[in-house]
Amino acid sequence: MRQAINRLAEGGRIDRTERLSFRFDDEIMYGHPGDTLASALLANGVRLVGRSFKYHRPRGLMAAGGEESNGLVRLRQGGRAEPNVRATEIVLFDGLVAESQNRWPSLRFDLGALNDRLSPLFPAGFYYKTFMWPANLWPSYEAVIRRMAGLGKAAKSGDPDRYEKKYAHCDVLVVGAGPAGLAAALWAGRTGARVILADEGTELGGALLGNGQQIDGRPGTAWVAGIEAELAKAANVRLLPRTTVGGYYDHNALTLLERVADHLSKPDQGQPRQRLWQVRAKQVVLATGALERPMVLANNDRPGVMGAGAVQTYINRYGVRPGRRAVLFTNNDSAYRVALDLAQAGVEVPAIVDLRAQAPLGWRAELDRFGIEVMADRAVLGVAGRNAVTGVQIGKLNAAGNGVVPGLARRIECDLLCLSGGWTPSLHLLSQSGARLRWDGTPGCFLPGEAHQAVRVVGAANGDFMLQDCLTLGAGAGKSAANDAGHQHRGRGPRKPVAAVEADPTPPRPIWSIPGPGRDGRKSGGKAFVDFQSDVTAADLRLAAREGYHSIEHVKRYTTVGMGTDQGRTSNINALGIVADALDVAIPQVGHTTFRPPFSPVTFGALAGGQTGPLLDPARRTPMHGWHQANGAVFEPVGQWHRPYYYPKAGEDMAAAVNRETLAARTSLGLMDATTLGKIDIRGPDAAEFLNRIYINGWKSLAVGGCRYGLMLGEDGMVFDDGVTARLAEDHFHMTTTTGNAAHVHDWLENWLQTEWPDLAVYCTSCTEQWAVAALCGPNARRLMASLCPGFDLSAEAFPHMTWQTVAIPGVLEGLEARIFRIGFTGELSFEINVPAGHGLALWEALMAAGEKYGITPFGTEAMHVLRAEVGFIIVGQETDGTTTPDDLGMGRMVSSKKDFLGKRSLSRSDTMRQDRPQLVGLLTDDPGHRVPEGAQLIAGNNPAPPQRGLGHVTSSYHSPNLDRTFALALLQGGRGRHGETIHIAYDGRAVPAQVTAPRFLDPGEAAK
Amino acid sequence: MLLLQCPWCGDRSEEEFACGGEGDIVRPLVPEELDDRAWGDYVFMRRNEKGIHFERWRHAHGCGRWFNVARSTVTHEILASYQVGDDRPELPE
Repeated sequence: MRQAINRLAEGGRIDRTERLSFRFDDEIMYGHPGDTLASALLANGVRLVGRSFKYHRPRGLMAAGGEESNGLVRLRQGGRAEPNVRATEIVLFDGLVAESQNRWPSLRFDLGALNDRLSPLFPAGFYYKTFMWPANLWPSYEAVIRRMAGLGKAAKSGDPDRYEKKYAHCDVLVVGAGPAGLAAALWAGRTGARVILADEGTELGGALLGNGQQIDGRPGTAWVAGIEAELAKAANVRLLPRTTVGGYYDHNALTLLERVADHLSKPDQGQPRQRLWQVRAKQVVLATGALERPMVLANNDRPGVMGAGAVQTYINRYGVRPGRRAVLFTNNDSAYRVALDLAQAGVEVPAIVDLRAQAPLGWRAELDRFGIEVMADRAVLGVAGRNAVTGVQIGKLNAAGNGVVPGLARRIECDLLCLSGGWTPSLHLLSQSGARLRWDGTPGCFLPGEAHQAVRVVGAANGDFMLQDCLTLGAGAGKSAANDAGHQHRGRGPRKPVAAVEADPTPPRPIWSIPGPGRDGRKSGGKAFVDFQSDVTAADLRLAAREGYHSIEHVKRYTTVGMGTDQGRTSNINALGIVADALDVAIPQVGHTTFRPPFSPVTFGALAGGQTGPLLDPARRTPMHGWHQANGAVFEPVGQWHRPYYYPKAGEDMAAAVNRETLAARTSLGLMDATTLGKIDIRGPDAAEFLNRIYINGWKSLAVGGCRYGLMLGEDGMVFDDGVTARLAEDHFHMTTTTGNAAHVHDWLENWLQTEWPDLAVYCTSCTEQWAVAALCGPNARRLMASLCPGFDLSAEAFPHMTWQTVAIPGVLEGLEARIFRIGFTGELSFEINVPAGHGLALWEALMAAGEKYGITPFGTEAMHVLRAEVGFIIVGQETDGTTTPDDLGMGRMVSSKKDFLGKRSLSRSDTMRQDRPQLVGLLTDDPGHRVPEGAQLIAGNNPAPPQRGLGHVTSSYHSPNLDRTFALALLQGGRGRHGETIHIAYDGRAVPAQVTAPRFLDPGEAAK
Repeated sequence: MLLLQCPWCGDRSEEEFACGGEGDIVRPLVPEELDDRAWGDYVFMRRNEKGIHFERWRHAHGCGRWFNVARSTVTHEILASYQVGDDRPELPE
């Protein structure tokens, strides 16, 4: 078993008294509370943690935080397994299981590594260049590419955990709990403002947890503990550790992902795994810090090449030394403090290699004490070793930094190379907020520019790298943010913290790509990686520039630089610098890529929250739903409604059930639940005038007690909805709409009433759910109704077609009356019985009982479709598609010439007047048993081979037991003039001949009226 | 996500609203008098402003009322929010 050979005897924020066991691939190891998976692996001497994306190169950990690009693992097993999790962000727990990714058969021996040897074959844009032709081979290319693509493997079984969403408002949201963020939260919180402080880490403190800096004469971590204690006590401050602010949207709306239980093996009872917050903040303070860039040099991806700041964090926070003998390579001052921390931890430090001609002087005495040589004006040109660093090659660059001065090469043995290529402020969120970024050449990074929202940026994110600035400016930002949110300090604010004095920095020397160790500086000496996660090298970027990609947005898409899950945290600036050098322009001219949310990957579980399974979408059920279920109905979703599709009896398939239901409705008695039909109560002195403007036909002449079918159009003249509307009183109408369109129609009515015709006194109220509707139809319908409403005159003379009456139904509605409409959708003798929703089931059961002697048959939506199509009734959305006029449907005669209405003028536009528009027709296939698919195209000839000029398409197609054959409805160009012609229906490579007919196949006759 | 000011309900989140596109489009009083082009402009043509856009919103999951908003399409800043039928307010330069 492995020993924790790199664990320091003391120091760090880990609890050495407790051991946590974990498994990485096949090995069991131990760590301690306070560890991350990454720190525990390093403590156990594990260097190789993954294989790279494209070349399958061996990779080790580079970072200690969210910028890690190599250490992506598959965490947990079964339904909880999660791919591509950064080992640096995984809090160690007992029993943790993780697997390395992108390797086969094993991490140490990986066949995919062949790609690295073949890499000259895989330049930037390889896929674009290679798989161009022949086109018919693309399916086989695709299969290979798909197998190669991607990193981790997703879980195959369902996630057993629960996820939550939460909404919050606050005065000040502080993002990042490093020194600047803590100071801001403290000063804002003391005003009484409602403050939320969110940080990615398990512990508050940010960089102070790992860099050993002092505040008020004591360790920075002690200062953090004091502030945290105060903030935790304050009722107006909410602390959210383990929470990543990932999206910054308009008007200070931000999304936060809180990893509630990710640090546990599984969530506690009742605890969600993760919680997605949506926060609306009056003011935002971004204290998101800065990330250290690597240097771009040959073989800079070998396991053992790490960020200098990361190494410092591993030593000071986790008590781990990531190597035995370390060389540091830097272009700025920050690596010097790291060199001393390394030496103090017992790591041999032969040299600091500094790109700058003048190394900083302030550290000299301490460096001498540990015998650390400072090699100024030198560069690390290359790294030796394959699965681990074994040494570095050092040389001197020319003044321009693009070539090597011969004769000064030197090799130093080491197992750890710490790189510091300067610091990149984390401005992803600021950029998402719409703010501009501006390039500053002195630190060599982008800094906040003009903001568009109520946001302040403090600390390293603002380019303020000195601790005292972070504290002072952070406090100031917290105070002013609270002030702007309407909160003032009563009395004095908190005492100002004082950081240990730091020397003024020596300016960095940015060289974006270190020339290779080859003799003339041209020979590369190995791949120099810019983006480690996407495997993009400096050579790839230069190639893109040579091939004409001059905008960084194009370079990004061509080379995939910055397109990994790390969103280019460590690679963006280096890539910009290299492209700018290659094009010989200044960095601002290359521009920078757009940052888009989320900053870190968000799980689908968190995005879905509680809306999974039956809670995915609200279900609307009618009062008769339980009866349908008990009687074996198969349901069909119609919008959010669940409607009976058909009611199969034992041994029946769908076709048999639909045939039986369709026959019964024509020959005896059918019953359908029509509750879902949209119903709008329209009331007011101008109601008739209003309907006149909405519908294409006239409404003022409709008598009280009458019903009328109406079509409504959009202003473009296209059919938008249809339905029957009844006049309940002079000033009162009951409108019905299609089931799926009810809300849109209501919106449409309100739109015109509120904005264009506020002078009309009309009120619209949705009453879809207030009425249950049973639609009874068939030759025996009147007989059944007579037994239900004894003494009521149901004769065609007293209660004619297209009228309505209020009727008592004794035994079903005590003290209430039903509204019965003599309307239907099947062409048969029909009654649509509306009762208050609570009585719907009683009505249904009474109808079923009384109808037994007529063999009453409940039918679903499919039989209803067949029945209505037999008599040529359209369904909006099936026979129409948003480009269909009333005339196209053969309803041109309904259009009133006496009034204006919505869409009328469009009906006389040149295009809507064309004679060859698709028009509704019937189709009867030559083979009466052949049912063509809906959507099939109509063509003239009998040869289906493309290219073809389509003449229209099939809109509805059914088998009818009443006709004893199949039939279809279709939209056919100039169709009304083509009755009797033969056309062909093309699908699946065939052309089925069919005769064009009128769109009406059956006439139930006058008895049905 | 925008924070919109419903003139009836106050500041509410965008998800409660439905956007109705460009505002202040008046339906011609006598459509039959318009030629095809003029009618087509009314039905189909809409501004695509870079700058201040006058648009209509409806508090769909609230009071249900339509109202007007002046919004910068560059910064999403809401410069004004006013009831249907009110005149366009004076906006700062």
